Amino acid sequence: MKMAFTIAAREFKSLFLSPLAWTLLAILQAILAFLFLTQVEAFNMLQPKLAGLDNAPGLTDIVVTPLFGNAGIIFLLVTPLLTMRLITEERRNKTMALLLSAPVSNAEIVLGKYFGVVGLLWVMVVLTALMPLSLLVGGDLDLGKLAANLFALALLAAAFAATGLYTSCIASHPTIAAMTAFGLLLLLWILDWTAGMGEQRAYVFEYLSILRHFQNLQSGLVSTADAAYFLLFTAVFLVLSIRRLDYDRLQK
Amino acid sequence: MTVLVEANHLSRYYGSQCAVDDISFTLHRGEVLGLLGPNGAGKTTTMQMLCGNLAPSAGQILINGVDLLDRPKEAKRHLGYLPDTPPLYRDLTVNEFLAYCAELHGVDKKAIPGAVKRVQERCGLDEVRDKLIGNLSKGFQQRTGIAQAILHSPKVIILDEPTVGLDPLQIREIRALIRELGREHGIILSTHILTEVEESCTHVQIIHQGRLVLHETIAGLQRHMHSCTLEVITRIPPDLKALSALPGVLSVEPLAGTRLFVHHGVDDNPAKQIAELVVASGWGLEELVPVKKSLEDVFIQLTWETEADSE
Repeated sequence: MKMAFTIAAREFKSLFLSPLAWTLLAILQAILAFLFLTQVEAFNMLQPKLAGLDNAPGLTDIVVTPLFGNAGIIFLLVTPLLTMRLITEERRNKTMALLLSAPVSNAEIVLGKYFGVVGLLWVMVVLTALMPLSLLVGGDLDLGKLAANLFALALLAAAFAATGLYTSCIASHPTIAAMTAFGLLLLLWILDWTAGMGEQRAYVFEYLSILRHFQNLQSGLVSTADAAYFLLFTAVFLVLSIRRLDYDRLQK
Repeated sequence: MTVLVEANHLSRYYGSQCAVDDISFTLHRGEVLGLLGPNGAGKTTTMQMLCGNLAPSAGQILINGVDLLDRPKEAKRHLGYLPDTPPLYRDLTVNEFLAYCAELHGVDKKAIPGAVKRVQERCGLDEVRDKLIGNLSKGFQQRTGIAQAILHSPKVIILDEPTVGLDPLQIREIRALIRELGREHGIILSTHILTEVEESCTHVQIIHQGRLVLHETIAGLQRHMHSCTLEVITRIPPDLKALSALPGVLSVEPLAGTRLFVHHGVDDNPAKQIAELVVASGWGLEELVPVKKSLEDVFIQLTWETEADSE
């Protein structure tokens, strides 16, 4: 497993060698800052009305939860761009042979690539948390809820990255990998919409929807079922990726 | 002598097309084995199988006694591989890249800087070690690729066309390097160039349509290349009948101008008699050389033989 960390460290550093990681970080911060300020402004407007309510939503509910919800959507757009090159690029540049002829198993290659990208995504998650934390200067936050949101977003990023890695394993071109990952994730994200159709509800779709599990966690209700959903989701795509590399060696 | 590579009955199919058909060979320590063959003969496929990049459809590969298919990680420890396109990360410097390769091959952390430095000296990369690989010339990139393959001093080094894209001086350096490495390691290299084989290899294999048509030492190859033709050039046209009458001469084939080919039997070479006759008759001898068969000739001869055999 040591090799997986070697590959992950290299991948993580390489991401910062290209302008891609920096650009994504900058754009993410700019958009989130805008959303954050809008939410804070909304809270200021609502505050007098909220004061009169019993059991009114607090600062955390009005600012943090929507902010992390939006960060989730941005991750949906950004992750495929980060993961699309993981394996496709190695194949296209013929550098895959280096990894394949080194004493490294396919599982280690996949995990290494995966953790390299997840590392960057988790940096983004932490950066997202910094803005709400700044509210501590002038107000009170429900830190438990903030932690639940952080946890939810970290799991979401992990699941997205695994999907992206798998599409990068099967596609021959980075753009195709990105499109496939994006399409797949968006579909899983919106599956939940059938929930509104009264009698015709499809419980399977509801269960499969990423959004449903993400929102459950976000609400501060950290249940094993939702966490397990994300972990299983991640594991399935990682195993599929390893299988795909094995298959490459056999078929080609 | 230690057997470093043992390939038993290797075959590889792409769909229904057979790329490599039942190839077996061994490589010992201190041998440099040259794989020759035209494009699409199965050289690269064979090499990819030996390096574990491609699983053979049938057969067994032992690297230093370890089965590559059963215990790939252990077997690959003894392997250094340079594919036909050097596997380089363009946005790393030579130093960073080689350090990463060393780590991947499980070189001890403390030993990495030393190993990287040594290999840079060996491959003449000192002056470019802090440059980005993407900015290097083709020759330096190729050398970085070779450095990557020998960095962890593997027992078996596999080089797919190592001198492609290098200038003549660099080619000489790399060939010298290969010969030097060949003393302590076992090397397999593939090439199109015959002189490369003659200069750097101890053994030759010719592959044609996925089959092994020749496995020989260099001396054996030279025997194959020896032909039974002399090329003669004279100042004034000679008397062909007189030449044909010489003992050992089978036929005389006039070419353009005063050039002609004299074909002779395998056992007696009439070069001396021809020279004497030409000089005695005052035709003015300008050139008398044995015609050496090119690799293509040997190749065509061998492939004809095998095709005839199979019919």
